[in-house]
Amino acid sequence: MSEPHASGKGIRTNTHPPAQDEKGARTLSAERWRRRVLAAAGVAVIVAVTLGPFYWMLRTAFTFPPEIFRNPRSILPPQWTLGNFMRVLGLVSPAEAVALGGTGQALGFALSLRNSLIVTASITISQVFFSACAAYAFARLRFPFRDSLFSIYVAALMIPLIVTVIPNFAFIQELGWLNTFRGIVAPFFLMTPLAVFFMRQFFVSINKELEESAYLDGAGRLTTAFRIVFPMSTPALMTCAIIVATTTWNEYLWMLIVGRDRAVRVLTVALGIFRQQTPQGAPDWGGLMAGTMLATVPIALVFLLLGKHVVNSIGHTGFR
Amino acid sequence: MTDASTVSSTPDVPTTTAKPHKQPKRKNGYKKDEIEAAVYFIVPSLIGFTLFFLFPAVRGLFMSFTDWDLLTEPEFIGVANYRRLFQDRFFWNSLRVTVMYVLYNIPIQTVIGLAIAVLMNRVKNSTALRGVILLPWFIPNVVVGLLWLMLLNPLVGPINLMLTGLGLDRVQFLMLPQTALPSIAGINIWRHMGYVALLFFAGLQTIPNNLYEASRIDGASPFQAFWRITLPLLRPVMTFVVVTSVIGSFQIFDTVAVTTEGGPMRSTEVMIWFIFDHAFRRFNMGYGAAATVVLFLILVVFTFAYMKITRGGESDLG
Repeated sequence: MSEPHASGKGIRTNTHPPAQDEKGARTLSAERWRRRVLAAAGVAVIVAVTLGPFYWMLRTAFTFPPEIFRNPRSILPPQWTLGNFMRVLGLVSPAEAVALGGTGQALGFALSLRNSLIVTASITISQVFFSACAAYAFARLRFPFRDSLFSIYVAALMIPLIVTVIPNFAFIQELGWLNTFRGIVAPFFLMTPLAVFFMRQFFVSINKELEESAYLDGAGRLTTAFRIVFPMSTPALMTCAIIVATTTWNEYLWMLIVGRDRAVRVLTVALGIFRQQTPQGAPDWGGLMAGTMLATVPIALVFLLLGKHVVNSIGHTGFR
Repeated sequence: MTDASTVSSTPDVPTTTAKPHKQPKRKNGYKKDEIEAAVYFIVPSLIGFTLFFLFPAVRGLFMSFTDWDLLTEPEFIGVANYRRLFQDRFFWNSLRVTVMYVLYNIPIQTVIGLAIAVLMNRVKNSTALRGVILLPWFIPNVVVGLLWLMLLNPLVGPINLMLTGLGLDRVQFLMLPQTALPSIAGINIWRHMGYVALLFFAGLQTIPNNLYEASRIDGASPFQAFWRITLPLLRPVMTFVVVTSVIGSFQIFDTVAVTTEGGPMRSTEVMIWFIFDHAFRRFNMGYGAAATVVLFLILVVFTFAYMKITRGGESDLG
């Protein structure tokens, strides 16, 4: 794993040097054109394969459910409707839901959307904050057992989540925290080894001079960290926050075993339960796709607005 | 950074005395104020780490030697869980299914990811393109699973409509024991190929261009250059990609849980599904913990073996 860079800029592409051979110039440029067209076609295929499924999600979510079966080949929604979203958000009565082409099933996705936002926001803010604090201490402060403690954290990076799931579930159950927000967020609230590791690698890579001059000016260690180092590390903290938020938003297994109750159920769990309850022969595709869109749009928005940091940091850090 | 001037002139930096620090007391070479600050900074993370990473890792191992249903006191039963595990044909099935899944998933995903990276290295460097490619990796597994459940559906799914459009037969991808597992592998290839491509892309950027120029002057074809220069120099990235994606693949669960639930006929009953089923549906916590320990050991052995065989930690770029 390489050291992260403060910015992802300065990436250069290996463009082919211009053909200098006079004799071969014509064939070479024909060859280059052929390659360019092939490359463009390849990119088009990749983009289509990546975005096509999302388009079909959108198209199905906006289609009046009976038309999904009647008219599966239509590229545009055969009959537009917002009904799937209204049903999924629980804005209509069961009778109206049936009229909109759904089953009478009660779908409280609005509540789950709220729960997902609560869980994701609280874990992200506190985990990034406390992990950054620990990371700063590992990167800059000298204290006893620092290096051995850090290598224990790094070793814990290798431990898959499943190893801790069963004992953590037992622990949360013993605390009486099953089906509470406390129980859902507890294991990720104060740190994950990955967040500490990522921020530590970043702090190691930035220049010490500013901190040292602030320190010599009489600022204490805590002041230096909070007033100088963290503010100038905003891009790295943002990248870390996006990754933590995405991981939390996407988590399924932990949320499923600890937070099945409707009151604390997050979107991924609500979707899993919806899928189990929908009739096997003729699933409620309209409702399912509207639900998946609810789970996709917030994270896609974050990605569109702030994803540049993440896109550029992948490869520099090997962040997964 | 532009903060320099603002910082030194900020009035609310609590410099009660504007004097520089006195040389703090040294205690075994450590400075007192550093230790003090470190305590504030480290303790919260240390509490979280101890309670939710260290303690459960140890406890999980302990639990694997007990019989425990969460309701009564755990009973120490030695290696009985492990003995039972190795006689449980459904455990062996889940191990076989998981290995098959990894074998379907990793080679194809790696080759596609590498191909996309090489292609991206040829076209104009664009953050937008990289963003699009990475998008599926940002979406919850559950969403991706449900989306492909619809796309692969025999009645309404566009994949089957394309097949019939080409004059082929419909395939009940996720409903047949032969096709369900490869289909799930395909779904996850779709989700991860962009991420893998970006890792390879970053690796390609580190290979000096003059190596390619030299090889061209020596008369090597682009194909030869790829095999003799690109691939060998990508080895560290390749190691990272293969090791992390194999470890990730061994833990496949979400997609299975929302599409096939282990079926049909246990053909997609992967190890985490097996563990989930025993621990959280039948509440055999000890048995589930034992299966987890076995899974963990498999991953450790794989990682070390791969690193050893490929010398994956070393780079030839020097």
